[in-house]
Amino acid sequence: MMNHSYWQLFISVYKKDVTLAFRQRSEIVNPLLFFLIVITLFPLAIGPEPALLTRMAPGIIWVAALLSTMLGLDKLFRDDFNDGSLEQLIASPYPLPLSVLAKVLAHWTTTGLPMVLMAPVFALLMNLEAQALSATVLTLLIGTPLLSFIGAIGAGLTVGLQKGGILMSLLVLPLYIPVLIFATSAIDTSSMSLAYGGQLAILGAMLAIACVCAPIAISSALKVSVN
Amino acid sequence: MWKWLHPYAKAERAYQLCNTLLPYFAVITLVCLVIGWVWGLAYAPADYQQKDSYRIIFIHVPSAILSMGAYSSMAIAAIIALVWQIRNAELAVISIAPVGAAMTAIALLTGAAWGKPMWGAWWVWDARLTSELILLFLYFGVLSLYHAFEDKKSAGRAACILAVVGVINLPIIHFSVEWWNTLHQGSTITKFDTSAIDPSMLWPLLINIVAFAGFVGLVTLIRLKNEIIQHEKHRPWVRELVGRGE
Amino acid sequence: MRITNLLEIKSVTCTKQERCLFESLSFFLGAGEILQIEGPNGAGKTSLLRIIAGFARPDEGEIFFDTKPISQYYDEFAAQLLFIGHKSGVNGQLSAYENVCHWLQVHGYKVDEQAYELLSKLGLVGLEDAPVRTLSAGQQRRVALVRLWLNDAKLWVLDEPFTALDKKGVILLQGQFAKHLAKGGSILLTTHQDLTTHFDALKTLVLEYQF
Repeated sequence: MMNHSYWQLFISVYKKDVTLAFRQRSEIVNPLLFFLIVITLFPLAIGPEPALLTRMAPGIIWVAALLSTMLGLDKLFRDDFNDGSLEQLIASPYPLPLSVLAKVLAHWTTTGLPMVLMAPVFALLMNLEAQALSATVLTLLIGTPLLSFIGAIGAGLTVGLQKGGILMSLLVLPLYIPVLIFATSAIDTSSMSLAYGGQLAILGAMLAIACVCAPIAISSALKVSVN
Repeated sequence: MWKWLHPYAKAERAYQLCNTLLPYFAVITLVCLVIGWVWGLAYAPADYQQKDSYRIIFIHVPSAILSMGAYSSMAIAAIIALVWQIRNAELAVISIAPVGAAMTAIALLTGAAWGKPMWGAWWVWDARLTSELILLFLYFGVLSLYHAFEDKKSAGRAACILAVVGVINLPIIHFSVEWWNTLHQGSTITKFDTSAIDPSMLWPLLINIVAFAGFVGLVTLIRLKNEIIQHEKHRPWVRELVGRGE
Repeated sequence: MRITNLLEIKSVTCTKQERCLFESLSFFLGAGEILQIEGPNGAGKTSLLRIIAGFARPDEGEIFFDTKPISQYYDEFAAQLLFIGHKSGVNGQLSAYENVCHWLQVHGYKVDEQAYELLSKLGLVGLEDAPVRTLSAGQQRRVALVRLWLNDAKLWVLDEPFTALDKKGVILLQGQFAKHLAKGGSILLTTHQDLTTHFDALKTLVLEYQF
């Protein structure tokens, strides 16, 4: 009975956020467009030579991914905070980290997953080879949920503040550095036709840790913000 | 949650403890700083390769060590504050943060000043420099989060959570930056090996490290005293203290 | 008959922005009792309710529910708590029915047809599927107040429940209060209006504005 209720809570919170995102489709589309525009800016700024682009592609794609994830993060808890839903989640008899986990996964479904799906297009734009393409997709698949988890900590800490957006980027971006390093290195390695399983494994390990630890940190951050 | 009934959880006792400790820290800092700097800057032998410019080590290394030491102590205070819900530990976090940030900034600036004659560039993307820079970002994060909150009670707890998240991430960041560095740069920069240092240079360095540690402790205690007074200014014991003109 | 103390507030102190709202405040609330907290704006009514609901921590003191401190047994307390704050927790993009269903699921209640009927009982006929933001303020309030009919919590903590409600709504609400009290539940509410229905077990607490 109790297990069933935990599941019911999780599904309900997840479904609500995804439904809301689909009702205002701009929430899903805008980060993707932002991603695309940032990527377009780089060839314009550094020159269109294919070799140069191939060399810089992993970094550009990942920096763009970091920035577009940040876009949706501010909204992650903002609406729930403003309308009081967050208080209702805290006053629920179920553990808050569980609802938080559902919300973070919903955020990933609506911002991270579309990026993963669009990754082949971005890789083509940046002149990446076929073998690097699969690495790009894989690193984004493991890396973007990690970005959502870490970013949600910053979002939880700043949700109570009037102008939390820029501050949140300031808090979160330094914490993104390991993800950036290992993900770009995996793509780099793969474009040299070398095995990049090691980098993926480290990203996976970080994701596993984040899955367990981040919801607890986010919950306590939210409790401070609601105060 | 089980509450740790430590006497220093009370603001007044913590304030008194600060007062008791202050003179010791002041004396240690002053004595070690004078001995360390005079010995290091004037009497220690010049390096056979770097000549006199190596002497910046007597500021650079202690500040770099203390930048990390301060972060760890800040994180420990943050964990104490969150687990046992002790307000004074929150205040300690806020007292340490700017001191640690200053140490990090000193380490970065002296590093740059040392790098110019040695490596020919103010800044190289060396693993240690990069880690140190990220550490500075983490300090800034804690500080700006604290100052963004109007309600200082929430501010303290938010800063504590961020400090703990930061300290969990710090080894991962450090490891990844180190790994990134070896991947991209190879060992173009000769590592400075502390164990190979001549005793005539090591002693002033150690004394300087103690001096810097004392300095960090001293400034933290003074700041902590101020924070306690600020937060407790409506309490009778503070009024009495102010009334006495102390 | 001795009323058992459901909720005990023990010497609670709260300061906000350097101003002491209340100091060493203590009171009890027994089963079947309703407590109305009165006081001018800024006296700390909402702060008190938020402390009791466990969102904010008091500077000093502790709240006990069923003799257990809520800071340690929050999940047990939350299962018996219904909190409707100033911000009512209704999402404007979702429809009234979706909002009610979401709330029920988050609080571990079964979703059934009853929710739909209740919305019509509360005067939201034909509006069940419209996004809540298109409704009037009073109607939005009613969407939040549907929860009062759909829970088995012992303690209700309500911050200004009558805001934006019309006279009929106020009477309807007080009728539900009476039913809850008859079942042995307790209510803690803030309001600027006087209650129009007579409650035997009504207690009032007046918070003064302190400088």
